[in-house]
Amino acid sequence: MRLQLTDEQEAFRDRMRSFFSIAVPQEIRDKVAAGAELSREEIVSSQQILNAHGLAVPQWPVAWGGQDWTPVERHLWTDELQRSATPMPLVFNTSLVGPVIAEFGTEEQKQRFLPATANLDIWWCQGFSEPEAGSDLASLRTRAVREDDHYIVNGQKTWTTYAHYADWMFALVRTDPDAPRKQQGISFLLIDMTSPGVTVRPIELLDGAKEVNEVFLDDVRVPAENLIGEDNQGWACAKFLLGNERGGFAMSQVVRRRLAQAKQAAAEIPCGGGNLLDDQLFRARIAELETTAQALEVTGLRVVAGSQSGRPNPISSLLKLRGSQLHQDTTQLLLDVAGPDARLFEPGSTSAPDWAPRTARTYLNNRKSTIYGGSSEVQRSIIASSILGL
Amino acid sequence: MDFDLSPEQLALRATVRDLFADHYDSIEQRNAVSSTDLGWSESLWRQAATMGLLGLPFDEEYGGMGAGPVEISVAMEEAGRVLAPEPFVEAVYLPGMLISRAANPEQRKRMIAPLVAGDTRAAFAHDEPGSRWPTNRVQTQAKQDGDQVLLTGRKRPVAAADSADLLIVSALTTEGTTGLYAVDAGSAGLQRHVYRTHDERRGAELVFDQVPAEPLAERAEVTALVTEGYICAQTAQCAEAVGAMRAVLQLTVDYLKARQQFGVPLSTFQALTHRAADMYEAVELANSLTLQATAALADGIVDPVLASRAKLQVGRASVFVGEQAVQMHGGIGITREYPASHFLSRLTAISRTFGSTDDHLRHLASLVGTD
Repeated sequence: MRLQLTDEQEAFRDRMRSFFSIAVPQEIRDKVAAGAELSREEIVSSQQILNAHGLAVPQWPVAWGGQDWTPVERHLWTDELQRSATPMPLVFNTSLVGPVIAEFGTEEQKQRFLPATANLDIWWCQGFSEPEAGSDLASLRTRAVREDDHYIVNGQKTWTTYAHYADWMFALVRTDPDAPRKQQGISFLLIDMTSPGVTVRPIELLDGAKEVNEVFLDDVRVPAENLIGEDNQGWACAKFLLGNERGGFAMSQVVRRRLAQAKQAAAEIPCGGGNLLDDQLFRARIAELETTAQALEVTGLRVVAGSQSGRPNPISSLLKLRGSQLHQDTTQLLLDVAGPDARLFEPGSTSAPDWAPRTARTYLNNRKSTIYGGSSEVQRSIIASSILGL
Repeated sequence: MDFDLSPEQLALRATVRDLFADHYDSIEQRNAVSSTDLGWSESLWRQAATMGLLGLPFDEEYGGMGAGPVEISVAMEEAGRVLAPEPFVEAVYLPGMLISRAANPEQRKRMIAPLVAGDTRAAFAHDEPGSRWPTNRVQTQAKQDGDQVLLTGRKRPVAAADSADLLIVSALTTEGTTGLYAVDAGSAGLQRHVYRTHDERRGAELVFDQVPAEPLAERAEVTALVTEGYICAQTAQCAEAVGAMRAVLQLTVDYLKARQQFGVPLSTFQALTHRAADMYEAVELANSLTLQATAALADGIVDPVLASRAKLQVGRASVFVGEQAVQMHGGIGITREYPASHFLSRLTAISRTFGSTDDHLRHLASLVGTD
């Protein structure tokens, strides 16, 4: 047992740290650090900078721009990227659809999509959830009927993040409604968002953010060559993808940044005879959160160190379950530090510092983190069944 | 970065697991032992000495194994799984570590070798009535009387002092510094009031009335030495708690599968399986900080912040896991005939030994500052 990094790992970390400290323009990273919303152009340009250096999709196969890194090196890449407040490469491209195409796609599909996906020349959105298929994803109803060399797709997707930015959607569609099990009869299709019959309607979220959408599909003609894998075998792609989605939940540097921000702000806020940072209750709250953060970080390292085999580790359910709660706890902490100014909705409309009104948005917006990517209840069921055997 | 045990450490774990399985295969066996006057098994103790378990952290020149914190945690996790009542930490590891750090070579050989051989046992008499972690106001007096030192004062609680042959005692010198002293437990002027704990351990209140004592160290750094000893001991106990939590979680999971109510197994009720998932989360997060604290000690780093974080996480988890295990067992959970209640007792005790969860939270809170 040795928890220190080796000399080579330290050298790797230092290389990442110095790269990320200058790679992406400071003004973009300042926005990330402040929790402000990025524009589409900022997200694209920052991923393209990473991709130009071979650092946008390290988890992909080497032949398609990936890096032959150990799990520890991949972890250090994520950690340093987040520490520098560099925007994460777009998860739909790099963690979700990219690996699926690399694993299940034909050579032609790989040539066509992977380089453009890594470089964010194509912006992908995820067409999985439907009004009647949330946690119970396999109940999806969007129908695709084969007509010669096309699929005719009809149905509705929802909670589609960034569909309003997206060029393409990867979608689960039902191709065989009579299959004996609902997981069978599902296919994995790539749909051009400019196709006739695709309508995107934004859904305003509780914090006013416009990041998710409904996507209506009316007689959308999708060329059969856009099928990934076999007909009716889409659930295998979905399971592969969801495994990557859950494994990818490690945002400890974001938590650390919020805690540091809370302490810094608290030192300026009068409380009792001194400031909020002197307050015993506040300090205890910080100490608890920092301890949980550290326990989660070490648990994440256990997953990383144990993942040499390449199999997904069921403990990653734990990281999602507790990590998402910790995220929410830190957004609530900042909300409390901001005090009455947290109720001001529009940053800049008063003399209050910009960060204070943003805390309520961040708090409200983060309620999603225990819901998406497998809700906390789903994670508990996974732990109970696949780890505890219940 | 590597969380795996070495082949030697895995072999140690298997050996220790077998040793405990021989003695504590059932709760009846274990209760039969813990209800004796001594409260633990002398035959297990002799075997532990023979296989080197007692000498794990000590130098080979004293008959020890020259192993380290990782090996101690491995052994203590196994002890926790079966609720082994033997006072490894209290009677050997902690006092032995203090002797090996504080005493001169002649004293070390004389005192540590018989501990390792299983011939004698020691106890660390530090806490005094009313003192709370971190105990830094020792009132027991050490007075020079001719060529000897005499101790006067009262120590309570002193874990494992009921059966100790050798006492390591902290006392205040006339110069106002704290010293460590070795006292023969059979000395004239020393009274022992033996007590039992709710988790079926033993100890004693010690009353010293001009008891002759042998100085081990009278240095300003005694406080640091005690802090270091406590950090080693509490980390070992964190590992014991992780073992106990793992075992009681498994016990609960097995019960949920086996117990039928309303014509179905309890495991069909999501209210219960989701709570079991929360128990698993608590155990694994506690395990992570215990591993980190253990690995730090193995690297020679004595980090009070890390040690307190582990104590906080383990303390919170211990109470949650122990209480949930009892609750989810229903009536059988609150009997002494069934193991769940014994696990709750032990986990409750650990979360209040070497500082309570609140004590460690207070310590961590006092150190919070801007980065």
